[in-house]
Amino acid sequence: MSEVTYREAINAALAAELESDADVVMIGEDVAAAGGVFKVTEGLQQRFGADRVRDTPISEQAIIGTALGAAVTGMRPVAEVMFADFAGVCFDGIANQLPKYRYMTGGQVSVPVTLRLVNGASTGFGAQHSQAVENWFLGISGLKICAPASPADAYGLLRSAIRDDNPVLFFEHKALYLRKGPLDPDVEVPLGAADVVRPGADVTIVATQLMRERALEAAEKLSAEGIEAEVIDPRTLVPFDFETVLRSIEKTGNLVVVEEGPGSGGWGSTLVARMAAEAFELFDSPPRLLGTDDTPTPFAAELEEAWLPDVGEIAGAARGMAVTA
Amino acid sequence: MKGKKQVELSELLRRMVEIRAFEERIQRMFTQGLVRGTTHLCQGQEAVAVGACAALADGDTMTCTYRGHGAVLAMGAPLDKAFGEILGRAGGLCKGKGGSMHLTDVSVGALGSFAIVGAHLPISVGAAFTAKQRGTGALSLTFFGDGSTNIGAFHESMNLASIWDLPVIFMCENNLYGEYSPMALTTPVEELTVRASSYGMPATTVDGNDVIAVRDAVAAAADRARAGEGPTFIEALTYRFVGHSRSDPAAYRPEGELERWMERDPILVLGRRMVAEGGFDDDAVAAIRAAAEADVDAAAEEALSWPAPDPESRFEDVYA
Repeated sequence: MSEVTYREAINAALAAELESDADVVMIGEDVAAAGGVFKVTEGLQQRFGADRVRDTPISEQAIIGTALGAAVTGMRPVAEVMFADFAGVCFDGIANQLPKYRYMTGGQVSVPVTLRLVNGASTGFGAQHSQAVENWFLGISGLKICAPASPADAYGLLRSAIRDDNPVLFFEHKALYLRKGPLDPDVEVPLGAADVVRPGADVTIVATQLMRERALEAAEKLSAEGIEAEVIDPRTLVPFDFETVLRSIEKTGNLVVVEEGPGSGGWGSTLVARMAAEAFELFDSPPRLLGTDDTPTPFAAELEEAWLPDVGEIAGAARGMAVTA
Repeated sequence: MKGKKQVELSELLRRMVEIRAFEERIQRMFTQGLVRGTTHLCQGQEAVAVGACAALADGDTMTCTYRGHGAVLAMGAPLDKAFGEILGRAGGLCKGKGGSMHLTDVSVGALGSFAIVGAHLPISVGAAFTAKQRGTGALSLTFFGDGSTNIGAFHESMNLASIWDLPVIFMCENNLYGEYSPMALTTPVEELTVRASSYGMPATTVDGNDVIAVRDAVAAAADRARAGEGPTFIEALTYRFVGHSRSDPAAYRPEGELERWMERDPILVLGRRMVAEGGFDDDAVAAIRAAAEADVDAAAEEALSWPAPDPESRFEDVYA
């Protein structure tokens, strides 16, 4: 099994789907000739041709709409939104068109569109290029949402997303692009399945992307103190694998959810609410939701790092519960 | 024996009368409390829908706005299923999940009706992209109003279709009003074709109440598209005889404007032409009209007999 970066894994998944299905096409701003501003799509145009890997004008509404129109007429487009923040420019396409087209036509069409959106903070891009925006789309029925953290998950989920006959928002965290991990291209990762990344019996920590990385670091610190945290990565936010989290709480009785966002109206609060409603009797302590501060993403390194949940905060929240219990 | 040209003329008339009668019946159904929500009718604009769709071929696709009953029927969607959808019946085109603003019949190339102004233009660009990728020779036509030319998606779609030489026909129905506002209040150019020039796209203006003129303009644009020469913008000058939507009495119209346009009712224009040049007499024209109206009545009665959707069906068709 080889070690690859998160970025290489995404590139390999795109190449594999372009290779196996002639209906897969890629469009986006500077995805083709330049290979993407983060070099994620490097080499794909050279390998698969300018017809199938296409640069677009800076026109997010046209990108989403074109992907949609191509999808309902038989293609399987993969479109890139260069920074996930730009989803604000084409919110109509994502909120009103992609998820409703099939439904409002009574199932006359299917919409196999994958949108790749570059997500997340910690790299100093400021308030309009740093948000983790997956929660913007949580209240919209008809979308699927992935937010992978490891190279293997990014590879497997992206292939599943492209093969899915529904619109999938695939969030790539820009701070993880150079992280390395093992990749076995034969392992499939289905949408809607969480991963127990680290087993533990004392406290359950649920986190995605950059926060998963920090949760794992926190778990190692806690382990040195004799507290074993179970770290779960939901990987897919819609559909959400509540069952895996529930089984973990049955074992630990404690839940910390870590989200890269202000925590209001997001998947974290949805998860806490659902677990409280369904399994209140399992909790030994009140569940905690850690998020960013409730401000826009600040620029300076000291400000941005203070704004994000850090390893110490995560460990502190989990430690408090495990000790109390 | 009727010649080919006569068959074409009677077919164009029949379709326009069907749409007129359909819209009038929907209006009545609304006042009877049989239709919920809102509806946007197209009486007066039938020649644009019918003329444009008459120039399309099998495999071509069409998208349109929430004022789209006429366009969807012009593509050949069945009358009864169109009524059924607007009535919210299980047998409707979209099983009662779309309604008046989302009539769709993919089987005849009517790819969708969209209720966000301009949102469907890039969707037609995407359908044309598929046609180009696969070399099918198909084109896509998108109807939109003068008001849509002020929204971003219009400009992004025109630009992308042009830069990629896609087989798209941008069919602008200029009915002089964007909802309640006259065009002069919202749009700093009088001729919308100038907007195409900034995208390097050929454009033409056509009398939108002359179904033959519309058909011929679209046929020329279709030839260009199929020859790989890219998109065309067509501005059809027309007028809606009714308000923007159910709640609009159209009090903003200058006195006499409606009456002037009604003298150029596209159905009367074609009927007069059929008599003057087509070898029809008044009785023959009246017979075509009566037959079309009877078909609409029968379809309406059929749809009214259909049941409401099973409430459980609301869970279907979210995901494929």
